Amino acid sequence: MRPNSNIRIKLENNNLTTLETAKDLGLRPEEFEKIKEILGRTPNFTELSIFSVMWSEHCSYKNSITWLKTLPKDGPRMLAKAGEENAGMVDLGDGIACVFKIESHNHPSALEPYQGAATGVGGINRDIFTMGARPIAQLNSLRFGDPNHPKTQWLIKGVVKGIGDYGNAFGIPTVGGEVFFDECYHVNPLVNAMSAGIVKVGETVSATSHGVGNPVYIVGSATGKDGINGAAFASKDITEDSVNDLPAVQVGDPFQEKLLLEASLEVIKTGAVVGMQDMGAAGIICSNSEMSAKGEHGMRIDLDKVPTRQQNMLPFEILLSESQERMLIVVEKGKEALVEAVFEKWDLNCAIIGEVTDTKRLQYFMNGELVADVPADDLVLGGGAPVYQREYKEPAYYQEFQKFNIHDVKEPEDLKAVAQHLTNHPNIASKRWVTNQYDSMVGTANMVTNKPSDAAVVSVKDTNKAIVLTVDCNSRYVNADPQKGCAIAVAEAARNITCAGGEPVAITNCLNFGNPYVPEVYWQFVGAIKGMGEACTKFETPVTGGNVSFYNQSSDEGPVFPTPTIGMLGVMDDINNMMTLDFKQEGDLIYLVGESVNDIASSQYLASYHKIAASPAPYFDLDKEYETHQVIKQLISNKLIQSAHDVADGGLYIALLEASMPNQLGFNINSDSEIRKDAFLFGEAQGRIVVSVKPEEQEAFVEFMATTETEFSLLGHVTGGSLLVDDESFGSVQDAKSTYDNVLHNILGE
Amino acid sequence: MKVGVVVFPGSNCDQDLIYVFDKILGQEVVPLWHKDHDLQNVDFIALPGGFSFGDYLRSGAIARFSPIMQEVIAFANKGGYVMGICNGFQILTEAGLLPGGLLHNTNRKFICKNVYLKAQTQNSLVTSAIASNQVLNIPIAHGEGNFYAHADELKRLNDNDQVLFRYCDAAGNITEEANPNGSIENIAGVCNASRNVFGMMPHPERAADAILGNQDGLPLFESILKMVNA
Repeated sequence: MRPNSNIRIKLENNNLTTLETAKDLGLRPEEFEKIKEILGRTPNFTELSIFSVMWSEHCSYKNSITWLKTLPKDGPRMLAKAGEENAGMVDLGDGIACVFKIESHNHPSALEPYQGAATGVGGINRDIFTMGARPIAQLNSLRFGDPNHPKTQWLIKGVVKGIGDYGNAFGIPTVGGEVFFDECYHVNPLVNAMSAGIVKVGETVSATSHGVGNPVYIVGSATGKDGINGAAFASKDITEDSVNDLPAVQVGDPFQEKLLLEASLEVIKTGAVVGMQDMGAAGIICSNSEMSAKGEHGMRIDLDKVPTRQQNMLPFEILLSESQERMLIVVEKGKEALVEAVFEKWDLNCAIIGEVTDTKRLQYFMNGELVADVPADDLVLGGGAPVYQREYKEPAYYQEFQKFNIHDVKEPEDLKAVAQHLTNHPNIASKRWVTNQYDSMVGTANMVTNKPSDAAVVSVKDTNKAIVLTVDCNSRYVNADPQKGCAIAVAEAARNITCAGGEPVAITNCLNFGNPYVPEVYWQFVGAIKGMGEACTKFETPVTGGNVSFYNQSSDEGPVFPTPTIGMLGVMDDINNMMTLDFKQEGDLIYLVGESVNDIASSQYLASYHKIAASPAPYFDLDKEYETHQVIKQLISNKLIQSAHDVADGGLYIALLEASMPNQLGFNINSDSEIRKDAFLFGEAQGRIVVSVKPEEQEAFVEFMATTETEFSLLGHVTGGSLLVDDESFGSVQDAKSTYDNVLHNILGE
Repeated sequence: MKVGVVVFPGSNCDQDLIYVFDKILGQEVVPLWHKDHDLQNVDFIALPGGFSFGDYLRSGAIARFSPIMQEVIAFANKGGYVMGICNGFQILTEAGLLPGGLLHNTNRKFICKNVYLKAQTQNSLVTSAIASNQVLNIPIAHGEGNFYAHADELKRLNDNDQVLFRYCDAAGNITEEANPNGSIENIAGVCNASRNVFGMMPHPERAADAILGNQDGLPLFESILKMVNA
């Protein structure tokens, strides 16, 4: 159905826009020209608003897609690949699949930490259950400036409470995550939320729309004026004017989300659903266009039928509103009653707002008058949305960092003071101030509550399987060397999954960078993608999607560290294969699997104790790393080790301490005379794992290791609580734990 | 034993309780929808944790008006067994079936962690199989779990042996440091004077499955089974 010529003329004469308006909406001059070309006329304000959000970086990936396409996305387990649905879907075997994704909510959290973070949690969970999967685990990755700064404390408290209040009420456990502090995140904190859900293969729903005459429903919360242009807001730098964007921040209601979850999963069972998509960034227009483009149909929508919170909302406000807890559902005509009964049961709004057409166009009416008429395909990624090749240039600092030489750093005489410094550092110390505010146990599937492990292990009810999850990114490494640093992030994630007894199967990524129009920032992005591609190929963990968050930079403080957060999914076919990180018994032998290297580059030790920022990424060998993981898998399945814990931030000393604390045990180890002792204890060379072995299994362990190419060395043994290095006391586990446990409490209060 | 687990909009521990009664204890269990009036001849009713109706008002303040709650209240008044865990406990105090009330935690934060508990009486349905010196490691997860009762009420609770659990340390000492939320006299759970309605903030259903590495909640469920089936 095309609009008749009278309406068409009215549309053209109504509120015609200019280049100035286009610029105000964040569009570039060439984009405004392209829109006129697509429409064959000048757009009105509503139409221009539609293009401005759909072509924003947030929705269109216009500055990143060229490089994202180079990432590996195929694998034998992939049921929904990157870009195909709202989230990636991976086959877990036995008819079970896992749907998982990570997403950023950085810009809203910078302005309004509580609601910004809360709605981030809400949005990522909708991406999971809109596909028919029930979320069973959430994780998050948070980055802030100096925690001693009052503004940072306001951000931390708001973000953590926002995540907690939303996730706790929604009723899905938060099972893992990371918190990292660095000055570079002072203006732009990063809030990345991840969710994973379980669905039976064949019971999923697609984000599509077809079948001429099928009714289009909007369900869930009413539409308000919150979050209008949120996607566009997230696609620019933060400046002092950003305060004017506060209305672009949405408001979350976890109770509605919980009802929407139950109703959505129930409505799928009716068999009446053709397609479903949640409404997040860019609201109704985004769901309409993406579903229609995918299903190669059009829609005719009466905006006045959308339930609203305020009176007299304008068409563009209804279309762009990012009000939370809403879904768009296309229903098979004739089965309306089945659908409406479900939403009636859950006391949720459920309104028909239009129908599917064969035009491939989106036509919006307000009180019978056509207010916008746009082709669906031209709005979306892979359709007519612009794609840019951005310039990139190696920044001057990169070569400077490469010049670092460990010999220029004097080895401290008192290494106990270094150990104390690291144990007391917010980046190393316990994050229980944060994590105790999250319900980590609801669902009675979180297996790491009482059995600490390098990754979260979440049992899949009614099966013998578990999913294994982690989020990792050491952004200091990525800044020093984007390609190597991002490969390390993937490797660390795989190492954590492997140490927990899982098999890495796929990743989702959250790419947090500065302004892509700055060539040095874009160079970081390109490097990170290359490194991610290499490592994901090696570990056979395809990239299932995620999101890109550019413009994490402020006018005065520049960009954040490039932070490509890796959310990795692993599968454990038998939960009895789970491995834990804690030492079990006094007298057990402690081995290091992997190579000891004379390296302190980019370590927490170098950065905060010596305050040296200019150093390259730490030692990393992708092939050796991969081989080491295969060895660890066999050690676990052959039941040769009592614990496995990877050496990460803070180095070997901190890894040993972390393995000691859960059971109040300690360690007595000897250093390696060929390596500087500070590098041995606090260096962050990659590819190393601390394992403990029962004395009676030592022979079998050594025999097995001798059959592999992987290096290993005896460090010492587990003690009853004293911490000894080369016979020198580093204190007791009780004292270290008391420090480690209370660092954030001392900074942030009870 | 036939168990009914009430499902309010916003309940989120209902499935966990059903799992324990069904899969771990092998009992018949039915969900009881908040809009219904039929208790389906159950022997024991459990009100699960969660955020009923969002708990945007005082926790449990709206749920008590649900249609099913009229039946639950009548059932309890006739001597039927009713137990509330976490949000369920809050609802039972709001409904007047249990004494006292649950205030915001003293640190004003949601707290989720393992804590230690000690049963204070063996004279109840839920504690009969728990030894008086036994220390149980059971998780809490709440923002409003700070139990309060005014002096007269508190005296009645103690005099009538209505305190079921108190928070303690790993060695079983009932100390201020071991009190996670500011509850008066470390009280973690109580029953009514007729000893047929029970409430507790900690989540025994989160410590019942062997795969989670903690089954300290099982003695509590075993107490219930022993008594109801007796």
